[in-house]
Amino acid sequence: MELDPLILSRIQFAFVVSFHAIFPVFTIGLASYIAVLEGLAFKTRNPVWVKLSSFWTKVFAVVFGMGVVSGIVMSFQFGTNWSNFSQATANFLGPVLSYEVITAFFLEAAFLGVLLFGRNKVPPGVHLFAAIMVATGTFISSFWILAANSWMQTPAGIELRDGVFHVVSWSQALFNPSFPYRFLHMALASFLTGGFVVAGVSAWYLLRGREVEANRKALSMCLWLLLFIAPAQLVVGDFHGLNTLEHQPMKVAAMEGNWETSRNVPLLLFAIPDQANQTNHFEIGIPSLASFVLTHDWDGEVPGLNEVAVEEQPPVAIVFWSFRIMVGLGMLMILFALTGLLLRAKGRYYQARWYLQGLRFMSIAPFIAVLTGWFVTEVGRSPWLVYGMMTHAESVTPSLTGAMALFTLIGYIVVYALVFSAGVYYLMRVLYVGLEDDEKDEEHGADRPARPLSAAHVPFEIEPGEGSVNHAKPLNQGGH
Amino acid sequence: MELFDLALIWAFIIGFGIIMYVLMDGFDLGVGILFPFAPSEQDRDTMMNSVAPVWDGNETWLVLGGAGLLAAFPLVYSIILPALYIGVFLLLAGLIFRGVAFEFRFKARTSRYLWNWSFAGGSTVAAFAQGAVVGAYIQGFETANGAYVGGALDWLTPFTVLTGFGLLAGYALLGSTWLIMKTEGRLQDWAYRITTPLLAAVLVIFAIISVWTPFVDDMVRERWFSNLTVIWILPALTLLCAFQIWRSVRYRFEGMPFVATMGLFITTYLGLIVSRWPYVVPPNYTLWDASSAYESQLFLLIGLLFVIPIVLAYTAWTYWVFRGKVRAGEGYH
Ligand code: HDD
Ligand code: HEM
Ligand code: HEM
Repeated sequence: MELDPLILSRIQFAFVVSFHAIFPVFTIGLASYIAVLEGLAFKTRNPVWVKLSSFWTKVFAVVFGMGVVSGIVMSFQFGTNWSNFSQATANFLGPVLSYEVITAFFLEAAFLGVLLFGRNKVPPGVHLFAAIMVATGTFISSFWILAANSWMQTPAGIELRDGVFHVVSWSQALFNPSFPYRFLHMALASFLTGGFVVAGVSAWYLLRGREVEANRKALSMCLWLLLFIAPAQLVVGDFHGLNTLEHQPMKVAAMEGNWETSRNVPLLLFAIPDQANQTNHFEIGIPSLASFVLTHDWDGEVPGLNEVAVEEQPPVAIVFWSFRIMVGLGMLMILFALTGLLLRAKGRYYQARWYLQGLRFMSIAPFIAVLTGWFVTEVGRSPWLVYGMMTHAESVTPSLTGAMALFTLIGYIVVYALVFSAGVYYLMRVLYVGLEDDEKDEEHGADRPARPLSAAHVPFEIEPGEGSVNHAKPLNQGGH
Repeated sequence: MELFDLALIWAFIIGFGIIMYVLMDGFDLGVGILFPFAPSEQDRDTMMNSVAPVWDGNETWLVLGGAGLLAAFPLVYSIILPALYIGVFLLLAGLIFRGVAFEFRFKARTSRYLWNWSFAGGSTVAAFAQGAVVGAYIQGFETANGAYVGGALDWLTPFTVLTGFGLLAGYALLGSTWLIMKTEGRLQDWAYRITTPLLAAVLVIFAIISVWTPFVDDMVRERWFSNLTVIWILPALTLLCAFQIWRSVRYRFEGMPFVATMGLFITTYLGLIVSRWPYVVPPNYTLWDASSAYESQLFLLIGLLFVIPIVLAYTAWTYWVFRGKVRAGEGYH
């Protein structure tokens, strides 16, 4: 049996980065939400905002902590498994990733301490400032890392000399053609994630009649936010796709499941792509709609996968289905946001139990949409790592053997499974305890900053009986 | 055209970053290494509280080290990481376990012992892996055409195992002298007691390493013995620091043992640099061979000059906020 270090490295990278991605996408959105809550608390002096803010800060601390540990792993992956890639792209990626560390990671770490532990130690204005700085830090971080990733998708501002990329224009390389779309799409994705999680959790508390006033406020805020950003994501996604059509036509062909370049291409709702025979089975589609969406012309020409050799095509099925899941969930999000507006018009959105139940389940939707979105982006560019210039196969570490790669792949899976199941369990615990515990917690004044998860003062083990009782209740009450 | 030798400037910056990391994460890893041996569970609380506010920031220097190497000396990044593939995994796994232990231990009741082990085990593995990296570095790497061509476990030799233990002992010493400075009462007494034996262990291991090193590598031998007239200064300074640690523990000074231990680390580190200069990927590549493009080094340098002072200010501020002795009941529960 021959173990292929390339395949194993790809699986490993996909695993660790997908894992990492779950946390930032939530912390970016949540950091901004907390900054808003802090701002409201500062301005109105209404204790409800303080209560909400302290609760969500605890959740934030746990998630942020997991983002940090999984992120440290990421910064060594390029060197261990993709050393040829590192060597070739270092002139651009090295400075970009270093700028991320010095402008974002240090900023986040410093002000996080004040945000988590400083409520009673610094004046309210300084505390608000800390919240704003943490939120700013997460955006600076996404700026750099998405510039790095977008550059790999649509390389610009560089010259390839003797197998090494040299930067000829920093502004073109950083603000490369796909960067603005990816940055906006990801920022909206983060807000959607923050919004749906907060909405889902608030809905769950409302279903159980806990802290009704605060949770109603939180839910109402979220629904207003989602009403604007869920449709906005559709618009940005559409422009993103048009940009991709221009720069990475084969990715779009895979997204559409379109094998032959042609006109009047239907928008497929369902199909089973068959790469071996270069065709689809069981197609169900809307005639000419893909042509219209992509070219804004009913009989516009859409590129097909047959333009390149089979080896240069991305794995179509993954891209095709991931894209449908992402867009499907995006539509569902719009639907939920609009339903919220309708119910609000009738003045009873927080009484419609079916709606609150639905929101509960929607809180995982953005995570799935984000991961599938990244699958489209990343799998869709294969075999290229730097689009059109450097392939996966050229990038992998030459000294890496299949056995080594398998060892670390299994190792990461085991470590993450252990550590993160504990983390998620703990997060659940924070949610069960809820907002009520807050006043008591405030008394522990001697806390220490700069240590993300410790902001949450909730004992690790669920007391005998306690968790299960809480757990059983909402399930039994669900629906009608 | 090229006004400055940027590669040289970058060598200093990266060198500075590495010693910052070693000193700062060194003492908190050291506290983790000593963790299982603490007199009582309550003392363990105090030990953890003493590093809890700062460990996260300390570790960020490691991230900066990785990214900075990629930016300034990509060849180092792309040879050493594959060469140490398995070791890097162990290092990261150790750092993950100890990182989450900080957070979970204080919330745990019945499972607290698990997080104790996670913290101590993670710190020990991470420290040992870093020590082995130093040893592997002295040993040199098998390369061809700018890539690593050796095997998966070439880095693991009796010599690197010894350097692994050396750094383990060294970090433990940093940890114990840190505890002398930050704690009082029974825990401080304990820290005083273990410091002298730890110092002895460090000196013995360092002595063996020093005798062994010239046999591991010809170039080092050459360098040492042809420059004997100057090179003796560094070991002499190291011994002076060691003497200072011993003396200040004897007279129960509180801050001096830690400061002298940092001195011990710095002189040893300088010794290592002097032995290998200007090779950054021994035995084949110098820092000029390993450099990234001039424009890239310049682009980052400009930003660094503005931002790093601010970062250092933050860091100093955090330490200032948490100055003074840590007491048992003072942490979070
Ligand atoms: C769009 C957002 C985003 C994306 C795509 C990534 N990250 Fe990330 N990362 C963040 C957004 C972020 C963040 C919001 O800044 C985090 C999350 C939690 C945190 O502490 O900061 C973070 C943490 C984080 C850390 C720990 C920072 C610390 O020590 O405080 C490292 C080293 C990385 N990331 C590195 C990476 C690498 C190498 C990535 C790509 C392969 C990557 N991240 C993808
Ligand atoms: C954070 C969200 C991200 C997710 C979920 C993600 C997901 C993935 C997936 C699934 C692959 C595997 C594709 C394949 O092998 O066919 C991949 C590959 C890759 N991605 Fe990303 N990616 C993300 C962000 C990034 C960023 C920001 C960078 C660079 C700065 C990056 C660099 C890479 C590299 C170098 C590979 C090649 C290794 C491989 O094929 O596995 N990714 N990513
Ligand atoms: C509603 C309709 C949506 C459309 C038309 C759309 C469109 C797209 C397209 C075309 C891409 C691939 C771009 C490329 O690789 O060049 C993409 C990627 C992505 N999508 Fe969506 N999207 C939609 C909804 C969503 C939602 C709801 C989320 C998450 C909450 C999301 C998250 C992402 C992410 C994280 C990526 C990968 C990063 C990137 O390339 O921007 N998308 N989307």
